[in-house]
Amino acid sequence: MEVPILKQGSYLIATVQGALTDADLLELRAALLERVVRMRSQGVILDLTALDVMDSFASRTIREIADMIRLRGAATVIVGIQPEVAFAMVQLGLTLEEVTTALDLEEGLAYLNQKSKEARI
Amino acid sequence: MNLEDQGEVKIKQEADIAMARRAIRDIAKKLGFGITETASIVTAASELSRNVFKYAGAGVMQWRTFTSGENKGVELRFEDRGPGIADVNEAVREGYSTGGGLGMGLPGAKRLMDEMEIDSTVGKGTRVTVRKWCRR
Repeated sequence: MEVPILKQGSYLIATVQGALTDADLLELRAALLERVVRMRSQGVILDLTALDVMDSFASRTIREIADMIRLRGAATVIVGIQPEVAFAMVQLGLTLEEVTTALDLEEGLAYLNQKSKEARI
Repeated sequence: MNLEDQGEVKIKQEADIAMARRAIRDIAKKLGFGITETASIVTAASELSRNVFKYAGAGVMQWRTFTSGENKGVELRFEDRGPGIADVNEAVREGYSTGGGLGMGLPGAKRLMDEMEIDSTVGKGTRVTVRKWCRR
């Protein structure tokens, strides 16, 4: 299932629509990085509200996405991880500690705005 | 224990991992597991079918649902003819991994489920059985 990526100002918003295969995740990684470069984006929000499960591969790929985007000089926020997904992730030992997370899209945007404000000072 | 229903998903390619997840989600829901338990079972199924694909290249996930008195449960059995595990006790210990993975597959799946049994012979294959009870 393809993940749509929308441009909002200097940010990109990728909204997962449902279950993702490994191939979908790798495609998302490539598509996001390509867009960040092409659009000179300063921030990316990855909305996982509709994602029903996050296993080790998904978790690793999301960490890689955040790392790659950070190396490009942009920030990534993961939003919308469902409580049952978070529960299973922690049981599995996946904590995504290096990645910024926020409750929802609104909080994610607030984080990116704050971050770019700090960068201007 | 009374057998209620059973089936299997063949794991031959990467996309079958997602197929296994989908099958188990439907089964867990139908059996009456809550969303947290369902997510745990689906996550364990994902890790264990990933192990089959990663280490053995191919295998099968067999599932069955059963009732025992008031309790209902689901059992998942992952079987492959891969390289096998030399030291099973070591393999379920935290942080253990041989496949360049995250080392969370087996111990993680054990935490997500209620019961886990591993039967493995080097050079012959591995069978991992996990169970979760639906307590209502």
